[in-house]
Amino acid sequence: MILINYFARYREQLGIGGEKMALNASLQSIDDVRKLLIARGEVWAQVLGETSLMCALNQELCTLDAAIEDFDEIAFFPQVTGG
Amino acid sequence: MTVQVQTEIFNLNELNSRLHAEDPGVGAVATFVGYVRDINQGEKVSSLFLEHYPGMTERSLQRIVDQANERWPLQRVNIVHRVGLLNVGDPIVFVGVASEHRQAAFDACAFLMDYLKTRAPFWKREETGSGDRWVCGRESDQLAARRWEGNEGR
Repeated sequence: MILINYFARYREQLGIGGEKMALNASLQSIDDVRKLLIARGEVWAQVLGETSLMCALNQELCTLDAAIEDFDEIAFFPQVTGG
Repeated sequence: MTVQVQTEIFNLNELNSRLHAEDPGVGAVATFVGYVRDINQGEKVSSLFLEHYPGMTERSLQRIVDQANERWPLQRVNIVHRVGLLNVGDPIVFVGVASEHRQAAFDACAFLMDYLKTRAPFWKREETGSGDRWVCGRESDQLAARRWEGNEGR
């Protein structure tokens, strides 16, 4: 099981702050998870297909090719705008 | 070296004196304060809400501070970032750097802000006359952060 978090505009557009997902052999990287979510269609494809999408693995910024393991916490969010 | 994420307003005088009061070796203090502006992209802003990713926020700020310490000889670094509802004119972020000499302090302060703006998980939502909107990331911020790549400072 992995935990997926969505923040800010993504959370609002997807209508969900986070979810748990069972891990299987086809899910090796964050991008595999992203593609599975995109396959849900509509707003999922639109939001998670954005080129400016950022992601994190266990609360560290990472790239989409980051490998995932069971019990990992991943997150998808739009470009950060603090400061 | 401290990083703080808080809803409360911060005291600039106190933060400033904390950067040098306990260390007579500090010869330079550079600080940056970011405030909520009244107009963004041509629209009047009445308030700002700052969302963040608890846990990752503190961790990413600490990582940015560590990177600044690797690049410049710094005596002290202090970052305070507010979250929650803020009004026009309110301070959002404080970055303070203490060093022996000014150049390291100036450069490290700019570096910290450039990295904070592009790597720390904060998001601004503005309340305007025509409704709420999420602030978009800016290409100029990405470019500003990129100028530090392959540049070891000092």
